[in-house]
Amino acid sequence: MEPMKYHFEVKGDDFSVAGENSSKVKKILRQLGFDPETIRRVAIAMYEAEINMVIHAEGGYIDAEISPDKVKIVLQDKGPGIPDIEKAMQEGYSTATNSVRELGFGAGMGLPNIKKYSDDLVINTVVGEGTRLEITVNV
Amino acid sequence: MDKIYWHSVTLEKDNCKGCTNCLKQCPTKAIRIQNGKAKILKERCIDCGECLRMCPYHAKKAVTDSFEILDKFKYNVALTAPAFYAQFSIADNIDLMLTVLKKIGFDDVYEVSAGAEIITEKTKELLKSGTLPRPTISSACPAVVKLISIRFPNLIDNLIPLLPPVEVAAKLAREEAVRKSGLSESDIGIIFITPCPAKVTSFKNPMNLEKSNIDGAVSINDVYLKIAHKIGKISDSEIEKLSRSGRKGVLWGVAGGESEATESKRHICVDGIHNVIEVLDAVEDGKLRDIEYVEALSCIGGCVGGPLTVENSFVANSRLKRIGEELEDNKNIPHEDDVFWENPISYKPVMNLDDDISKAMEKAMKIEEIYESLPKLDCGSCGSPTCRDLAEDIVRGYASENDCIFKLREKINILARELNKLESGDIKNTRET
Ligand SMILES: Nc1ncnc2c1ncn2[C@@H]1O[C@H](COP(=O)(O)OP(=O)(O)OP(=O)(O)O)[C@@H](O)[C@H]1O
Ligand code: SF4
Ligand code: SF4
Ligand SMILES: [Mg+2]
Repeated sequence: MEPMKYHFEVKGDDFSVAGENSSKVKKILRQLGFDPETIRRVAIAMYEAEINMVIHAEGGYIDAEISPDKVKIVLQDKGPGIPDIEKAMQEGYSTATNSVRELGFGAGMGLPNIKKYSDDLVINTVVGEGTRLEITVNV
Repeated sequence: MDKIYWHSVTLEKDNCKGCTNCLKQCPTKAIRIQNGKAKILKERCIDCGECLRMCPYHAKKAVTDSFEILDKFKYNVALTAPAFYAQFSIADNIDLMLTVLKKIGFDDVYEVSAGAEIITEKTKELLKSGTLPRPTISSACPAVVKLISIRFPNLIDNLIPLLPPVEVAAKLAREEAVRKSGLSESDIGIIFITPCPAKVTSFKNPMNLEKSNIDGAVSINDVYLKIAHKIGKISDSEIEKLSRSGRKGVLWGVAGGESEATESKRHICVDGIHNVIEVLDAVEDGKLRDIEYVEALSCIGGCVGGPLTVENSFVANSRLKRIGEELEDNKNIPHEDDVFWENPISYKPVMNLDDDISKAMEKAMKIEEIYESLPKLDCGSCGSPTCRDLAEDIVRGYASENDCIFKLREKINILARELNKLESGDIKNTRET
């Protein structure tokens, strides 16, 4: 069957609503009867990616595609891009500013967690143009 | 064995005006208004009692036992929650409050705070062992445990698998009563003076026990007057030394008391069911990884704010703190190992649209479609909490589009226009052209 598609805009300047969209997706998955473990993996991976968009890239767009056998989340931003993906994927690597660290972010665990909780992660990034993350979680 | 599901909060139909006060406050969206009367979707209700508080017409009721339940047993023990002490301005000492219970018909008393002290020690031990998932969530408030079982399946494992203090106290109370009275267990009534419907449900329909040790639950507001009349008449010399627990156990009755007692350095205490949901959402998203322990209480202020209490919760809160702080810490807390859940708690997916994901997806798309056609005012006049809920109810088959008064008006307007046309002969003309 056709996947269910949801489109969200993430504002880059409003920290108070960061993470709202992953909450929405979590609710939808629960209503659809996905198993708790799948919901948890999607929620954590999407939340981290959504926060990255706000902290590092001034917001962007998220498309979620839900099928009975997999959930795909695509996040696209027009931020600064990631110069060294290998480094960014390392646990503990972060370029977060002090003010962001004061908010409790910047442990450098976001991308490693996205990798850990997803079955497939594709990152396309161009410095100065933006970043696209495609996260797939199989049921 | 599949038991018929029973829970405490019900509707007094005659009093219900069909207003929408409770509709929007229910944290699990368990209320609908149908044919002018509220209705509780029982499998979604967590017995938090928010609707009881909200209803201006007192149409929501908690089913509890009447005081006559004492007649069923030869020997009755009153189990008292700390919140009970805080109900009376005259009560500056716990022994007075316990003595008065013996004057109104109980043979003995047992403090739930004594159970709380045992659970405190066990919690400390488990937290130290580092074997529990982080953050560990308290399982003392049954409304919260129920909420987790229907809405936060990923957090079931985070619940500390310990019995609530009231069950531990009940078990010890029964053992003591058998010793003191020489009667058999079944002749003894362990009766809890309850601040809330959630506890009542947890006794009649336990989630993690085969059978509760509590034989009856009488609400605080039902015994309030009986006690208020007696309490002033007790002279100092009549007051018996009945209390046994110390400061920490008693302070479990106010929000924050449990966290303080368990000495967790990185804890959160969250009270009020809507706040609890917010924090649990954050835990589920992995946002609170640095937290060790979450004390979560459905009622604002803790059990002193229970829906079946009488005193204003802020007044009760400060009073209980005052009573508690005057006590010493109990140095002789008995060691009990038999305080774990007997059965694991399982996820009850009551919010599911369908057991089959593909069918659920079809329904979800239909919901989106209907939702788009609704006015998105969330006025509640249709009897569902929000426009989206109406869309969901239509797809589930509980409601129809005409329940939306705006939709209905649209249809009536169209009809009226048609009628007008008919009267002025327009219809005939249009047919001919
Ligand atoms: N969307 C993005 N655009 C630009 N840079 C990004 C983006 N996402 C991640 N990065 C870069 O990759 C680094 C590592 O990201 P990661 O999510 O692992 O850690 P963090 O966001 O810095 O900290 P944490 O996620 O633990 O709060 C970031 O510090 C940032 O430099
Ligand atoms: S007791 Fe709580 S969950 Fe149950 S219907 Fe009332 S508000 Fe809803
Ligand atoms: S906080 Fe206390 S009084 Fe309120 S529902 Fe939970 S256990 Fe009952
Ligand atoms: Mg990050």
